[in-house]
Amino acid sequence: MTAAATAQSAMRDAFGEALIALGAKYPQMVVLDADVATSTRTLGFGAVFPGRFFNVGVAEANMVDIAAGMAACGLRPVASTFALFITLKAADPVRNIIAYNKLPVVLAGAYAGLSDSYDGASHHGILDVAIMRAMPNMAVIVPGDSTEVGQALEAGLRRDGPTYIRLCRNPTPVLFHDSPPLEFGRIRKLRDGGDVTIAVSGVPTFMAIEAADRLGRDGVEADLIEVSTIKPLDRAGLFASASKTRRVLTVEEHTVCGGLAGAVAEALAMHDPVPMDAIGIRDRFAESGEYMALMRKHGISADAIVERSMALVKGAQA
Amino acid sequence: MQVEPLPLGTDVTAILQERDRCRKAALMQYLAQRFRIEVLDILHEKQTGHWGGASSVAELLVALYFDVLNIRPEDPAWPDRDRLVVSKGHASCMLYTVLAHRGFLPVDELRTFRQLDSRLQGHPCMYLTPGVDMSTGSLGHGLSVALGMALAARVQQKSYWTCVILGDGDLNEGQTWEAFMAAAKYRPERLVALVDYNKVQLDGPSDVIMPMDPLPAKLLAFNWNVAPGLYDGHDVPAVLASFDWVKQQTEWPTAVIYRTHKGRGVSFMEDQAYWHGAPVDDASYEKGRAELLDALSRLEAQL
Repeated sequence: MTAAATAQSAMRDAFGEALIALGAKYPQMVVLDADVATSTRTLGFGAVFPGRFFNVGVAEANMVDIAAGMAACGLRPVASTFALFITLKAADPVRNIIAYNKLPVVLAGAYAGLSDSYDGASHHGILDVAIMRAMPNMAVIVPGDSTEVGQALEAGLRRDGPTYIRLCRNPTPVLFHDSPPLEFGRIRKLRDGGDVTIAVSGVPTFMAIEAADRLGRDGVEADLIEVSTIKPLDRAGLFASASKTRRVLTVEEHTVCGGLAGAVAEALAMHDPVPMDAIGIRDRFAESGEYMALMRKHGISADAIVERSMALVKGAQA
Repeated sequence: MQVEPLPLGTDVTAILQERDRCRKAALMQYLAQRFRIEVLDILHEKQTGHWGGASSVAELLVALYFDVLNIRPEDPAWPDRDRLVVSKGHASCMLYTVLAHRGFLPVDELRTFRQLDSRLQGHPCMYLTPGVDMSTGSLGHGLSVALGMALAARVQQKSYWTCVILGDGDLNEGQTWEAFMAAAKYRPERLVALVDYNKVQLDGPSDVIMPMDPLPAKLLAFNWNVAPGLYDGHDVPAVLASFDWVKQQTEWPTAVIYRTHKGRGVSFMEDQAYWHGAPVDDASYEKGRAELLDALSRLEAQL
């Protein structure tokens, strides 16, 4: 992690580049898209490996089941479209064919969270983690920056089962270019502290890093963990942090129902409950607007993380 | 389960090795009827399962497993095997019965259908039952999955066939039409859609619930290579003739429509939506089984 990250990079661009690199490494890999290849950046893979690229048109359920049939016959498909479409329009194929049969398919959810910000609520992917986390056999990876995208993709390709990977549309700070690679199923410790645990996933990771620095200057030491694998959750890593700080704040670009907040709360409640608070979208739909302004409006910002961490420490969570 | 011995007089091995096509067809016709009786026995004993759609597809499944498909019961996961997706998964009891007699699982195991801890789930499950190439049950998945399998053959330069059996309910599902479109785009070699067109669905006749006609014209309009006319799906020579047609084709994908009857073989159950999934009561069982046995005896006399 670079202390003052200034370089910006979009996860979708990293995804497009990783597909081409991994396509050369894994000859059984194929890529499918549903008429958003230009947006998701799968188009480049199609140019390099035309016989292994399938743009099936605006038919997401069909795409996912085609990928399932390919996986059942020895291929390693990556099925790509917008997060809300692959998790909702294709929910039955994902549940009944991919997850039930534990087929090795990578489901890539592009434009996730609020990142397709101007297109508005119809295009925001704010339920995807909750839906995919509820699927038996499914792994869920939420990269925190573009560096982690290729690492998450390769982890998914190597799994003997289905993996959902959540991707952001827009350029965001590069955080982990000089760090060890993402470890599937393990938290990444970003800062040691004894006062409050901040568990963050996805794009807001850069906000949490800034917030933890500011808290430190105010004498509050945050134990900052990045939870890139939301399922299976690194329970040991979470429990070690929570038992030390006795306070946990989750931060995610997702509804607070059933995503990271849900995963962490379920794990802690059944092990060693501690006071918790959750930053995320409050069970509502968002609207059109500039990406970071939209995040701020829905309470996802470094300011909010500082404020809510302080409140937790003072025993006054929202 | 009723233990009365069936007038068998034939076994699986004999059918597989029969070189006389006419005699082989007669043997398979007999076998399909025998399987109907076994299925009715199981469904009556278990008081759960789907008679209508299972009986409807008996001859087609027997023709596929005993004549058409290149498979190895001793090696169900053989990578180069032909694939069959039974998209109308509620025909599970007939599928299991055919798989058992073809050697994929012990015939005795059929008695565990839908029981706790059984490998024979209510609807087909690919990782529990040897020989099942895809789990089905929720309608509308089969054609998409089969398209994926056929495209996988193309990518890997393999020459296996991929067949999918679609029912009326599958044809109601929008995803099936997405798959018809996509298959016509990619035109994968050796992809064959087989429509078990019994024209009765769970709630009633298809013409009342969701009319599908003119089905051949629809498939032609979707740029499929459709077999001319409807084949009699309960006449094994006709079913075999349909596959003779398929194997002569060079335009893909291909579709064959079989006119069938839900609940075939039991007069008062045929074409009746009630028998889609109703438990088989004792009186209907006794009367229905007698009818099936009667027809079996006639088929045996022709062997």
